[in-house]
Amino acid sequence: MSVNPELLDIVFDPTEPYVVGREKVREFASAVFATAPIHHDVDVAIAAGYEDVVAPPTFPIVIQEKTLQQLLTQPGAGIDFSRVVHGDQKFEYQRPLVAGDEVVATLRVTKIQSLGGHTMVTSESTITTTAGELVVVATSTLVIRGEGG
Amino acid sequence: MSTLWEGHDVGDVIVTGSIELTRDSLVRYAGASGDFNPIHYRDDVARSVGLEGVLAHGMLTMGLAVGPVTEWLGDRGFVAGYQVRFTKPVYVPAEGSVSVSVSVSLAKTDDPAEGFATLALAVTTEGGATVLGKALVVVSPR
Repeated sequence: MSVNPELLDIVFDPTEPYVVGREKVREFASAVFATAPIHHDVDVAIAAGYEDVVAPPTFPIVIQEKTLQQLLTQPGAGIDFSRVVHGDQKFEYQRPLVAGDEVVATLRVTKIQSLGGHTMVTSESTITTTAGELVVVATSTLVIRGEGG
Repeated sequence: MSTLWEGHDVGDVIVTGSIELTRDSLVRYAGASGDFNPIHYRDDVARSVGLEGVLAHGMLTMGLAVGPVTEWLGDRGFVAGYQVRFTKPVYVPAEGSVSVSVSVSLAKTDDPAEGFATLALAVTTEGGATVLGKALVVVSPR
């Protein structure tokens, strides 16, 4: 099985709206050892000028993951899930996600590259509010290990 | 007006941190993130795909490594960019823990725009292995 080169530049359908929940932010923050009060205490977040608790920087992976599932399960994509390793990850933020945000994510495949028997697939998931405000772009490079590796 | 990096020069370590990861940490992150890949809680499955055993989610390591930055930043600014390369697995023993250390240094000032700073993260396990490469955080004033 090899990665279908026709995936390049494909734009997937936006994901179902995702509402960032206050308790999910707290749970995620605890799981990544993010102890700053702004992630947990509503009063602290409001005093800092936010509407509600602020999601830690890697929280958007939860939303991006839904787009990566679209990519990995796309019929004919040729991506063997059991051989996928996360190679690189990048987030570019306009602002932090905050509890109460309702967002959708749209994935585009930006690069497919073969190197030493492996294939690297880079995709960009653009996360916007349902009102159309850009919040964060999450970029992942997945390495699909070759049959020999 | 003071800068985000007030009191530090390029190259200075501005904040450090250290986290003890246990199997409990991985289960907690699996639940919080929705990533239930069994290589993060079952040694037999991890070994069947050529790993030494259960390893931490790469995104858990990425997530905890930026904690010292957000603590340091407080409400003076926000993280405007964060990127890493996953270079080595962080194996987590069934008993005991593995320590992950983070050292944050000031890499560039007024970059990529005036008032912004780029910070470089050195993330290592107790054996000294670098587990995240090219780990950079861009902080923006608010």
